[in-house]
Amino acid sequence: MAVVTSDRGRRQATQANFLYRPEVRQVIYQVVLVVLLVAFFYTLVHNTAANLRKQNIASGFDFVDRTAGFDVSQALIAFDSSRTYGRAFLVGLLNTLLVAGLGVVVATILGFIIGIARLSRNWLIARLATVYVEVIRNVPPLLQLFFWYFAVLKALPPPRQSLSVPGGGFLNVRGLYLPAPVPEAGFEIVALTMLIGIIAAAAVYVWARRRQRLTGQQFPVLWTSLALLIGLPLLVHLMLGSPLAFEYPELKGFNFQGGMVLQPEFLALLLGLSIYTASYIAEIVRAGIQGVSKGQKEAALAIGLSQGQSLRLVVIPQAMRIIIPPLTSQFLNLTKNSSLAVAIGYPDLVSVWSGTVLNQTGQAVEVILVTMCVFLAISLVTSAFMNWFNRRMALVER
Amino acid sequence: MTYLTKLVAAAAVGVIALGGTASAQTKTLDTVKQRGSLSCGVNIGLAGFSQPDDKGNWTGLDVDYCKAIAAAVFGDPGKVKYVPTTAKERFTALQSGEIDVLVRNTTWTIARDSSLGLIFAGVNYYDGQGFMVKKSIGVKSAKELNGATVCVQTGTTTELNLADYFKANNMTYKPVVFEKLDETVQAYLAGRCDVYTTDQSGLYSIRVQQPKPDDHLVLPEIISKEPLGPSVRQGDDQWLTIVKWVHYALINAEEAGVTQANVGEMLNSTNPDIKRLLGKDGELGKGIGVSNDFVANIVKAVGNYGEVFERNVGSGSRLKIDRGLNKLWNKGGIQYAPPLR
Repeated sequence: MAVVTSDRGRRQATQANFLYRPEVRQVIYQVVLVVLLVAFFYTLVHNTAANLRKQNIASGFDFVDRTAGFDVSQALIAFDSSRTYGRAFLVGLLNTLLVAGLGVVVATILGFIIGIARLSRNWLIARLATVYVEVIRNVPPLLQLFFWYFAVLKALPPPRQSLSVPGGGFLNVRGLYLPAPVPEAGFEIVALTMLIGIIAAAAVYVWARRRQRLTGQQFPVLWTSLALLIGLPLLVHLMLGSPLAFEYPELKGFNFQGGMVLQPEFLALLLGLSIYTASYIAEIVRAGIQGVSKGQKEAALAIGLSQGQSLRLVVIPQAMRIIIPPLTSQFLNLTKNSSLAVAIGYPDLVSVWSGTVLNQTGQAVEVILVTMCVFLAISLVTSAFMNWFNRRMALVER
Repeated sequence: MTYLTKLVAAAAVGVIALGGTASAQTKTLDTVKQRGSLSCGVNIGLAGFSQPDDKGNWTGLDVDYCKAIAAAVFGDPGKVKYVPTTAKERFTALQSGEIDVLVRNTTWTIARDSSLGLIFAGVNYYDGQGFMVKKSIGVKSAKELNGATVCVQTGTTTELNLADYFKANNMTYKPVVFEKLDETVQAYLAGRCDVYTTDQSGLYSIRVQQPKPDDHLVLPEIISKEPLGPSVRQGDDQWLTIVKWVHYALINAEEAGVTQANVGEMLNSTNPDIKRLLGKDGELGKGIGVSNDFVANIVKAVGNYGEVFERNVGSGSRLKIDRGLNKLWNKGGIQYAPPLR
């Protein structure tokens, strides 16, 4: 009897020991978590599919090849009502990328200018920048979009009383009409020179930096680059007899025809998103600059750099390390806020795909799932790029 | 490792249990009765069809249908919870069970009957798509709209008819698509578009709300068939039958000359048709799951179809829409109901 008891006791003891060993527990907890997660998502998907089937609601992705049957006001690729839902998705995606991409650029430039202006020693400039930040940052973006859209629409004249824009353009309530460039024979050569100019300018930049590092001699990089980038293609362009024609917009019937048009929805969205996000970027930039210790600037001035040079060469490169991570989230915010487009009629992904397509097909689950995946993908790519940029800007320790 | 196996087993049981409960389905009528009110999906604001007034009371043709269904189920037209929906949200709201019935000037099409999991119970308004322009642009016919910019609301059959119409007539156009009615109309008024398009009833409704309705012209062309009506989820025949017969009750009441004013004395009528209609004779209501006097309750609450129409969109309203196709079948229209017997 005693033998049996002690044997069981030992077995219990080893079993207890086994379960109490940290590495075993670690594995168990992780396995349990994974199992629960898998079970949860399986239930979610399975349940949804079963319920859709039972309610007789169509599911699957067959609909992307079906004819869309509706039109879109702004498409970067050819689109009309005889194209497919899949094509409509691309149109919406490109419109989202266009406004988000341009918005990021404009917001960054504007944000940097205002952020630096807030630190200006000029009282008026600094106060104006503060007012801008405080007002814009504290009004919801949707209201700002409505403001820009309807304020701008109401202020502009109807097509027949358009304002002329210098160079053959027109501005009216239907948008900004500009002459469209039409390349003619020989323009490829000009385009090629432009490409060569870009490569040459980059080469000069790299060479000049290296020379400066080795010998301390400076080279007028700016002027050389400008000559290569603009002067050279312009010269070739003129030598070939200007092989670029312009198609001018003309008033025909209800609207201007020909040329190219920037729609008010697009302009209002770009303006609204950029101005809104710029107010946050301005604060980030200000914080970044103030985060660089004062001694750095004083040292820069002491070795004879000008105000501008000390900002450009000493302060901003160091401030960038503080600025980039929060800047990334602002870029992501701007991209996500671009889905507010649906409110003012800009045909972005949310308006075309999870608006019109969702309604014509009724397949809410698939359409919304795809939309979420797309926004997730855009955001992840943006952060991956910004992380790479951040590593490049990080302090190089020697 | 026995601990782990037990956990996995528990998780598996949990999954099965979850799957089991979520797929159970109850009858809409029972749900409505249990809740004590009808959840009715309506338009967020379209004069004549469904619109809240300054005190938050909803009025309109579609709203009266909600009231009529509540009157049939509860004997009380007040037991309705109105759920305002946009064109984009409406079907999802019905599919998900957030609303019991959708009465939101919604066009009956085969695509909606087949792939959306819903089914239409009838046509409470025969409509057609039209165009509205500002008189100042001097257009008299839709055939003159080549090159025009058109404001339209997303998620509607309107958007598709528009594309078809311009294509069929070899004309081009630019659509500007909004999610909400308000923004669509604002953009049209601001001159962003030359044309605003939706169902003609909607055009009249928008036009009458403008400070100067005479500045706007509804063009004569009707480019599509838009039978608007209430819809319910598929797979619940009892509920479908109730909604269907509420509509037929309104029409049959008009045909029999029973009105909100005379329904009280009609209850004492000796005419066998009227006795059946008002539930004095037979067990017609019981069969579909409501009380036998459901027609009397409906008429007491909102009147007959003709009264509902005239009060909300016809001669008794600001819209002054001609009844046209919506007259009874024996008066030159196409509103017809199977007999109550």
